[in-house]
Amino acid sequence: MVPPAQFDSYYGKPVIKAPVWKSPQIPGYLFLGGLAGASSLIGAGAQVTGRPALARAAKAGAFGAGCVSVAALVHDLGRPARFLNMLRVFKVTSPLSVGSWLLSAYVPAAGAAAFSATTGRMPRIGAAATAGAALLGPGVAAYTAALISDTAVPAWHEGYPELPFVFAGSAATAAGGLGLLAAPADQSDPARYLAIFGIAAELAASSRLKRRIGMVAEPYRSGRGGAYLRAGQVLSVAGAAGSMLARRSRLAGAVSGATLLAASAATRWGIFHAGLDSAADPRYTIVPQRERLRERQREREHPQAQDRR
Amino acid sequence: MSDPEATASSGQAEQQPRLGFFTDTSVCIGCKACEVACKEWNHVPEDGLLLTGMSYDNSVGLGADTWRHVAFIEQRRPARTVLAENGPAGTGDGGEFRWLMSSDVCKHCTHAACLDVCPTGALFRTEFGTVVVQEDVCNGCGYCIPACPYGVIDQRKDDGRAWKCTMCYDRLGAGLEPACAKACPTESIQFGPLDELRERAAGRLADLHEAGVSDARLYGADPGDGVGGDGAFFLLLDEPEVYGLPPDPVVTTRDLPSIWRHAAAAAAMLAAGAAAAFAASGRRR
Repeated sequence: MVPPAQFDSYYGKPVIKAPVWKSPQIPGYLFLGGLAGASSLIGAGAQVTGRPALARAAKAGAFGAGCVSVAALVHDLGRPARFLNMLRVFKVTSPLSVGSWLLSAYVPAAGAAAFSATTGRMPRIGAAATAGAALLGPGVAAYTAALISDTAVPAWHEGYPELPFVFAGSAATAAGGLGLLAAPADQSDPARYLAIFGIAAELAASSRLKRRIGMVAEPYRSGRGGAYLRAGQVLSVAGAAGSMLARRSRLAGAVSGATLLAASAATRWGIFHAGLDSAADPRYTIVPQRERLRERQREREHPQAQDRR
Repeated sequence: MSDPEATASSGQAEQQPRLGFFTDTSVCIGCKACEVACKEWNHVPEDGLLLTGMSYDNSVGLGADTWRHVAFIEQRRPARTVLAENGPAGTGDGGEFRWLMSSDVCKHCTHAACLDVCPTGALFRTEFGTVVVQEDVCNGCGYCIPACPYGVIDQRKDDGRAWKCTMCYDRLGAGLEPACAKACPTESIQFGPLDELRERAAGRLADLHEAGVSDARLYGADPGDGVGGDGAFFLLLDEPEVYGLPPDPVVTTRDLPSIWRHAAAAAAMLAAGAAAAFAASGRRR
């Protein structure tokens, strides 16, 4: 057992400012963006493989989730009336700028795909929009991980190599869940497989994350973040198990689908709160930075020891 | 090296020398004239009149409505590390008492995370190499706030937008020094071309070390640090974290190329997973 690290601080005050982003808007925005992006993949795949009911559900879900995701983002702005300033410039150094442009292309495409799928009108435009939404969907699902990682929030920034995979996995879980919930049993197989794939990716990436980042992973295990993440894991496993019965029982499919959607939401809420907690405690900012400085000091003093390693 | 970089990225045709602050905390007397002058000049609203019990510090830290913040630290330290004229002689076995005071401010980083992540372009680099928010553009997305490695910029609650020190951009444009530096009675806050300030700081540090103040160190003066050096740097008498400053700040966007690569790989994994899910299900019969 490693003794708790000693560190100095200014009256225990946080060094960095915690995000002012609010719940449910921002964790909701993360969850719905994932649901939308991955659902567009299901929508396209279902259309190509002749599963019209699954395609309709996925496309409608993708458009609805995309719209609510954008609405949540706008609602969280300090000046919502100035939302369009997001499109005033394009900056690759700002994942929020990249994401805003991505969403402004994606949501109309998802909308056209959903319109065509539900009304049966304009099938060629619908097919093109379906392809477009499927092309942009994975980006929509993953950019939010880049967004939160590109901050000084210790639990998010330190986790940047794994968080996109957690988010992409969680997106697959959610979209698979929606497919199971909304499509008839004889069409929902791909949704079930995608959800199981998502859960596997999510669990593998998050356990690697927690192992790799040391003490900064504490907020992922304890507090509100830890509680949400544990709930997400339990719901994931329960939903995956329930989905095995989806072929035989429409009800089992629907219940497991809803469980998987809840699992994905819980994961996003957990990551959101873990980040806030890691920002609020100066320990997570100061201790790793001190360790980094000590490491550099050691390298300066004993360069030969480094060579031998 | 970093100075032309900071002023060049302002997009101005004519190169100005980069301007900055050198805050020498060894001569700060904690009068808070800087806090007051800043508030008055910049019309920064009142943000609470509570007594915190944190020594003489009742403004707690930098924020949307505190652009200069004077930190007060009461310490009992072994006698050898104490600046001779800094406080009364030792009283008893706990060593000597010393009172550290330091006026904190936005660092106007060479590589500024707030500026990098701002999606609207509201944050920009001025011709003086400083970092300023255009309040008529800011839409209050709040991204700059957790991006700052120093916890400087924050949201004004009743207003929704992000606010921070402008290094008195209006005064600089008129050839005046910022209000805080103007008001500082001990020249703890020094303003000028950053090159000159760095030279002056190196001289001051050498003098203090010679006088036996071995605790003295510069903070944010090294262009090789994680933010490319600060436009507002400090001479401190203890570790940075004692003053509430991060010991090794790094601009988050230094890792952004890698962050984007990981996000792209995860997006590709998701697409591949979906393809595999449909391949495993086959065409519906």
